[in-house]
Amino acid sequence: MQLVLEKRAERSNTIALVSPLIAIGLTIVTMTILFAILGKNPFLALQAYFVAPLIDSYSLQEIAVKATPLVMIAIGLSLCYLANAWNIGAEGQFLIGAVAGSWIAVKTQGTDAGPWVLPAMLVLAAAAGALYALIPAICKVKFGASEILTSLMLVYVADLLLDYLVRGPWRDPNGFNFPTTAEFDPVATVPLLIEGGRLHLGSIIALLVVAAAAILLGRTIKGFEIRVVGAAPRAARFGGFNANQLIILTFAVSGALAGLAGIIEVAGPVGHLQPGISPGYGFTAIIVAFLGRLNPIGILIAGLFLALTFIGGEQAQIAMKIPLDVTKVFQGILLFYVLACDSLILYRFKLVFPSRQVARGAG
Amino acid sequence: MQAHQRMLDPISNGLHSGESPLLRTVGLTKRYGDFLANDSIDIEIWPNEIHALLGENGAGKSTLVKAIYGLIQPSAGEIRWHGDRIVLSGPSEARSRGIGMVFQHFSLFDNLTVAENVALGLDGTESFKDMSARLEQVSKTYGLPLDPRREVWQLSVGERQRIEIVRALMQDPKFLILDEPTAVLTPQEADQLFIVLERLKAEGRAILYISHKLEEVKRLCDTATILRGGKKIQTCNPRLETAASLARMMVGGEIKEVKAAAGRQTTIPRLVVNDLSLAPDEAHGVWLEHISFELKGGEILGIAGVAGNGQDELFAALSGERLSNDPGTVVIEGIAAGHLSITRRRKLGAAFVPEERLGHGTAPRMKLSENALLTGHAASGMVHHGFIDTAATLKTVDRATETFDVRKAKRDPEAASLSGGNLQKFIVGREILRNPAVLVVSQPTWGVDAGAAAVIRQALLDLATAGAAVLVTSQDLDELAEIADRIAVMFHGRLSEPLATRDATREKLGLLMGGSSLEPKEAVHAVGA
Amino acid sequence: MELVEAIILSVLAASTPLLIAATGELVTERSGVLNLGVEGMMIVGAACGFGGAWLTGSIFVGALFGIVAGTLMSLMFALMALGLAVNQVATGLALTILGVGLSGLIGAGFVGERITPAAHLNIPGLTDIPLVGRVLFGEDAFIYFSIALIIGVWWFLYRTRAGLILRACGDNHISAHALGYPVLHIRTLAVMFGGACAGLAGAYLPLAYTPFFIPGMTAGRGWIALALVVFASWRPGRLVVGAYLFGAVTILQLHAQGWGVGIPSQFMSALPYLATVIVLVLLSRARTGGSTAPAALGTVFVPDR
Repeated sequence: MQLVLEKRAERSNTIALVSPLIAIGLTIVTMTILFAILGKNPFLALQAYFVAPLIDSYSLQEIAVKATPLVMIAIGLSLCYLANAWNIGAEGQFLIGAVAGSWIAVKTQGTDAGPWVLPAMLVLAAAAGALYALIPAICKVKFGASEILTSLMLVYVADLLLDYLVRGPWRDPNGFNFPTTAEFDPVATVPLLIEGGRLHLGSIIALLVVAAAAILLGRTIKGFEIRVVGAAPRAARFGGFNANQLIILTFAVSGALAGLAGIIEVAGPVGHLQPGISPGYGFTAIIVAFLGRLNPIGILIAGLFLALTFIGGEQAQIAMKIPLDVTKVFQGILLFYVLACDSLILYRFKLVFPSRQVARGAG
Repeated sequence: MQAHQRMLDPISNGLHSGESPLLRTVGLTKRYGDFLANDSIDIEIWPNEIHALLGENGAGKSTLVKAIYGLIQPSAGEIRWHGDRIVLSGPSEARSRGIGMVFQHFSLFDNLTVAENVALGLDGTESFKDMSARLEQVSKTYGLPLDPRREVWQLSVGERQRIEIVRALMQDPKFLILDEPTAVLTPQEADQLFIVLERLKAEGRAILYISHKLEEVKRLCDTATILRGGKKIQTCNPRLETAASLARMMVGGEIKEVKAAAGRQTTIPRLVVNDLSLAPDEAHGVWLEHISFELKGGEILGIAGVAGNGQDELFAALSGERLSNDPGTVVIEGIAAGHLSITRRRKLGAAFVPEERLGHGTAPRMKLSENALLTGHAASGMVHHGFIDTAATLKTVDRATETFDVRKAKRDPEAASLSGGNLQKFIVGREILRNPAVLVVSQPTWGVDAGAAAVIRQALLDLATAGAAVLVTSQDLDELAEIADRIAVMFHGRLSEPLATRDATREKLGLLMGGSSLEPKEAVHAVGA
Repeated sequence: MELVEAIILSVLAASTPLLIAATGELVTERSGVLNLGVEGMMIVGAACGFGGAWLTGSIFVGALFGIVAGTLMSLMFALMALGLAVNQVATGLALTILGVGLSGLIGAGFVGERITPAAHLNIPGLTDIPLVGRVLFGEDAFIYFSIALIIGVWWFLYRTRAGLILRACGDNHISAHALGYPVLHIRTLAVMFGGACAGLAGAYLPLAYTPFFIPGMTAGRGWIALALVVFASWRPGRLVVGAYLFGAVTILQLHAQGWGVGIPSQFMSALPYLATVIVLVLLSRARTGGSTAPAALGTVFVPDR
């Protein structure tokens, strides 16, 4: 018996819509088995993961808070991936944005700096993220160096830079030697949307980013350019589109969004700069981008879903002592299934039995 | 089954009495989804015979030979070898039984040496050293010289084909399949090949020869089987047929004659190329050297030549996919454009149709309307302030569909879902609808059916009649003879002086395509070389 | 003198996981497949390798566990990228993300545990020769194995018919298929070899380099191994040079930190990563014109049947 792929004449739109749902379904089945292996009650575990976070308002807000950086980063990554530029260093751009924005916060600490501080932090963080992302982009365009490897290497560098700053020059003198800056002043903090709640202005910014991306990709010639450069590079060149310029542009935009997400996270939910401000947002956003099928609305939904797994994972750890790594495994398996199901959009799967040509369609 | 319901053709026309055929297919059927690529085909191959397999693109020729060579498994029907039913597990089994194949798109490895390429086509039972010695011997015996140490990317198309043939001959095949072997050769190289094939036939081998060059088939082949739409139409003796009668069987009707309007007037120069030289931008590319020509409105200039002699590079330089540092090398409508992007050149009134339909001329997995936008965004009012006017792109699709008879399943399908001929009509139509002053088109009818080819050639003639300058690059000399006013030849990145089409005999073009000059004293040298 | 010897010994130890993982990836890529999941396969190999050794007390069993784990991970990749024709870059990323999570889950049980690290060769007389004795005759088995491995791979690729077929698949899968070679099967085997090597390379870290397991201990070595294959222009000889150079950079920065050079330790730690970026840039720049990458690298192949 052998699995054979048969190319579809046209991509299947039905499956394009259904495939993320199939992937989520398969992931849940797999997780059930994994929970059973770990000796946990799968039903209770799944409930802790997917139901419990949805029934109290604190958790709901927390999901939106976690989804904010995921969605912002993933939107930027989706532009890169659509253009066939492989930025996998969003985690580093996130950290650099956080560092750059924090610089203003640290320097204005305790002064009577006015309300310009937060906007300046946001702008500087976006610019720093963009510049950091431009390093691999320029290495790719000018020298042909693999952007995958260079962008990833720079994640480690950014991580070490942040580590150096909060242990060295920026360390809070009153922080009992913990590697952290002092709490940011109120003018350097992202305002909350609901007094006493968790939801902050960053979520609104994320929604605006989603809307802008939807218009860009769906309606404008620039969006068409991005899609055609990725889908058929030679045809794009024939169409008069410059792939190298697009690599620069998409990396810069995704770097800026990642950097912005970084400072929003630091100046919002965290409140100060410290190591470990990201539980791997930059990498999880890759999953969000693919689960959302590189479509802005899809990414919004996928971002909320992945945020749910973060919150659910924490709750499952507290309630059932399920290790936090299960969440990472869950996310990895989900990405596998998403990619596998995407294959169904272009191909029909068939099982072929070599003895006689008995074929069974699936999809 | 079906095979028995159909009347068997009188294949045994008395010539083969008493023996059994070397290979025979009975009701051979290959189905892809709902599509019948081969519908119950019966064919007999006899030793000492060159058997032509004729048919249009999509008639099922390649599918049939792939099944005979074990590359695909038939859905129904059987293959008999020396009268016994066989099921081929794959090409290596076919080879071990004595079936050899020379592919149209060579199955070679560019970055491996000739000897390694040959070794990969054999079963590996002998040492590399013995194999190399035998390679030398076979290539000497048949007059097919090869240097076993060179890497394939360094070789010309003709040399590459030699590797394929020598590789097949080293297995001492009883039956050799050749898929469109002369499509990439100069007329002189083709003559050389025919000598080898005649010799193989005299040695008692059987040859299945796929071609759509009918004169060639009449000259070379003893038997011809014609396929159309996956079905066998007839088996006949091609020497008793005319080229026209063979063409009718292939197409299933009369082919529309392409007519040039009488008294076409040439006007001002619209595309001028001055001493264009350009280094390749790809690893194994060709240098363009000192190319100059002038093309007036109302004129069609043909560029002949064996593939890989710089035609792709010239197309890129003319279209602006590659830029030149010297603006004066390419002049479009009187404006120096060598440094201008393809979009700027389109705005000057130029239009381009590349050779590759899928992946170059169109983005395969995008809709036709998006592919209309691909080249139309520059100068066709499809974009306002950066926003796409979807209605305008759809209108272009509708107009191209109507004007050029593009057949498709729905209004706006993906490019890849169209047949080759229909997609090519769409691409040519997309450009012609913009009323270009200059059209540069590469291999306009490569791999399309005769009906679509006629539509496209007529459209090119009509465009010239309307005053545009048309540059056609083609490997098909018959096509150039049909539509071009003048023909120039590309060889090793250089372009010959154009000849008036009436003076451009096959012999002259063939010499130029092989790199010889037409000057009498140099011609003597060339013959010796 | 002792210091020089110590440095050479530590460079060899630091280079070996890079060399083993890169050797596997070189074979994978030579067959035309780009598996970016080396980091993921390594970290799972590290967790399983340590687990195996910790449970049985045998370094050999630990190494086997690492190899099996890496191979299983690579099979997932093969199923996706070859069986289902999924984009290889995306699949490789997925493999790494999954691997990082899995290793944490597997390793959670024995974080903080210690084992006796792999024994070093000791031939009385030879091992005691000053300067070269311990370098040549006093290494652990992994180091000798890694050298045998790269020589074996060179011999396989350039001196055997199977190696020729593998390179042919990497050059042009359509031609290879037309000649009747089972491209996907060959590539699956190459991917599995890459996975086995990555698993072993990962297992080396807790079995010989440091005798304990910590989450994320591969610290990007899988990615550096990928860069090494590019550095080596897909040729085994240059891979050895590259692996030892990178090992040297790693050790240099560790020693520099030890000597108390007035540079913050984080900057020194960033050195191997920055070196990777710089090397990729310099090499890619030097290579404009002739391409040395396998021509079919990373492209999807779906045979027509």
